[in-house]
Amino acid sequence: MQPTQDVLIPEVIQQIPLTYYLILSTALFVIGIIGVLTRRNAIIIFMSIELMLNAVNLLLIAFSSYRSDSSGQVFVFFIMAVAAAEVSVGLAIIVMIYRNTRSIDVGLLNKLKW
Amino acid sequence: MLPIVLLSVFGIALLFLGFLKSKAVLLPAALLFLIITLGVNFLDWNKTYLYFNDMLRTNNLSMVFTAIMLGSAFMVVALSSSFINDESAQPAEYYALILFSLVGAVMMVSFENLIMLFVGVEILSVAMYVLTGSDKKNLRSNEAALKYFLMGAFATGIMLFGMALLYGATGSFTIAGLAAYTDHPQTGLSLLIYVGLLMLLIGLLFKVSAAPFHFWTPDVYDGAPTIFTAFMSTVVKTAGFAALFRLLSVSFGGVYTFWWTILAIITALTLVAGNITAVYQTSFKRMMAYSSISHAGYLLIGLSSLGTQTKQAIVFYSLAYSVATIAAFGVLILVSQQRSTQTITSEGILTENFDAFNGLARQNPLLGFAMTVSMLSLAGIPLTAGFWGKFYMFSTAVERGQIWLLVVAVLMSAVGIYYYFRVIIAMYFRDGATEPIRVAPFFQYVLLGAIILTIGLGIAPGLLQGLF
Repeated sequence: MQPTQDVLIPEVIQQIPLTYYLILSTALFVIGIIGVLTRRNAIIIFMSIELMLNAVNLLLIAFSSYRSDSSGQVFVFFIMAVAAAEVSVGLAIIVMIYRNTRSIDVGLLNKLKW
Repeated sequence: MLPIVLLSVFGIALLFLGFLKSKAVLLPAALLFLIITLGVNFLDWNKTYLYFNDMLRTNNLSMVFTAIMLGSAFMVVALSSSFINDESAQPAEYYALILFSLVGAVMMVSFENLIMLFVGVEILSVAMYVLTGSDKKNLRSNEAALKYFLMGAFATGIMLFGMALLYGATGSFTIAGLAAYTDHPQTGLSLLIYVGLLMLLIGLLFKVSAAPFHFWTPDVYDGAPTIFTAFMSTVVKTAGFAALFRLLSVSFGGVYTFWWTILAIITALTLVAGNITAVYQTSFKRMMAYSSISHAGYLLIGLSSLGTQTKQAIVFYSLAYSVATIAAFGVLILVSQQRSTQTITSEGILTENFDAFNGLARQNPLLGFAMTVSMLSLAGIPLTAGFWGKFYMFSTAVERGQIWLLVVAVLMSAVGIYYYFRVIIAMYFRDGATEPIRVAPFFQYVLLGAIILTIGLGIAPGLLQGLF
C-alpha cells in the first residue's frame, strides 16, 4: 500500500496517512450499515445507503490520489451518476407507497410473509 | 458489441411505439427486436474482441450466456400477451425496461473492468426495481419493490466498498490487472484484497439470492407480477452467475484456497435453506421463489469447486433452469388469471396456491404436461435437461474432491422431489375446476418450445458440448 514513488504526490495529501482515510471511510460505511439495519423510515434508510456510497467515493478518491492513478476518480463519477439514477427510482417507489398507505414506515409493509 | 447498442436503440424505439393508439403492435415488435439481437449476437462467433478501451470482452462463453438471456427474455415477453387486455398496464414501458435491463445483463457477462460490472449490475437492478413495482395500486407489489430496492441498494454499497478495497490493494480495476496481482503477489497478499474480495462476493451473491443473503427473494418474487418474477428468476440469475464465474475464474483463480471454503459453506447453506423452506410453502409462487434459491445453491457448487468443467456446467444448468422456470411460471400465469373467480378468498391470493392446480391435467393436457416436464426438470429426473445440469454440477464437485458438498446436494435434491411432485399430484390426482383454461396460441408455442428444449437436452445433452 506504499504510494508509487515515480509520480510525485502533493505534500498536502501526504500529510494525512492513507490509513486515516481508510478508517474514516470505514467508519462512515459502518454508520450507514447501522442506519439501514435499525431505522424504520424509508427516507432515512435511503439516506444511510447514500452515506455508504459516499464512504466508498471517499475511499476511492483517497486511493486514487495516493497512487496518482486517475481510474479511481473516474469510477467515482460512475458511482455518482448511477446513484442519482437509483435515487430517482427509489423516491418514485416511496412516493408510490405513500399514495397507497399514507405512510413511509417500512414496519407497515408486512403483507408478504412466509 | 452490437447487442448492447441494438438493445438500447430498440428499447427507445419501443417507447416511441408506445405512442401509437394500438397496443397490439408492441408484443410482435418486442419479439422481433429480441430475435434480431439474438441473431446479431453470434456475428463475432469464435472471435475474441475487446471493446470500448478494454472495458468489455466478448468471447464464445459471453455470447452463449447472452444468447441464453435473450432467449429467456424472448420466452417471457411471448408469455406477456395479457397486457393488451389490461387497462392499467403500460406494455411499451415494460418491454422497453426489459430490453434496457438486458443491456445491463450483457455488460455483466462480458465485463473486463470492474466499472462495467458495477454499471451492468445497476442497469439490470434499477430496471428490475421498476418492473417489480409496476402493479402500482397493489400493496404487495409496492412492498416487494421497496424491499427489493432497499436491499438491492444496500448490497450495491457493500459490493462497491469491496471494489474500492481491491483497487486500493492492486491499483487496477481490470480483471486482468487483478489477476496479475493475485497470481504473482510481490510481498504477500494484503489484508485489503481478502476483505475486498469478500465484500464483492457478498454483493454479487446477494443479487443471485444465495443464503444467508436470500431473505428478500421470497417476498420480492411473491409480490412482483408473475411475468416479471419469471424474468427476474432467470435472466438476473444467469447474469449474476456468469459475472461471478468470470470474476472468480479469471481474477481470483490464483487465490482459490482462500475463497473456496467460504463459498462452499455458503453453497451448503443455500441448498439447505432453499430446499427445506420450500417444503413448507402453500403458495406455488413462493415455492418457486425458494426453489430458485435452491437452484442458486446448485449453481454455486460449480463455482465453489471451480475447475475445468465448471464453465460447461454453469452454461448447461442455467439454460435448463431458465427454460423449466419460464414454462412453470407461464402455466401459473394462466392458472392464476383464469381461476381467480373460482378460488378467491378474503385475502385474494389463494389463486397462486397448489390447490389452484387441482385437476388441471384433465382439462388442459398441454398445460399439465408442460408443468410436469418443467417440474421433473427442476427436480433433476433423468430424460430432462435438469438431470444433466445437476449431473455436470455434481461432477465438478467430484473433480475437486468435495464429497461432503456432494452429499448435501444429493440429499437436498431428494427433498426437492417432494415439493416439485406436489404440483404434479395436484394436477393429475385431485379433482378441481371443470372448465378448461383458454390458452392463447403464443402461449402454446412457448410451452411447446420449452417442452421440446427440456426433453431434447435431456436425451442428447451433448448438443451443447464443444460449442464454446
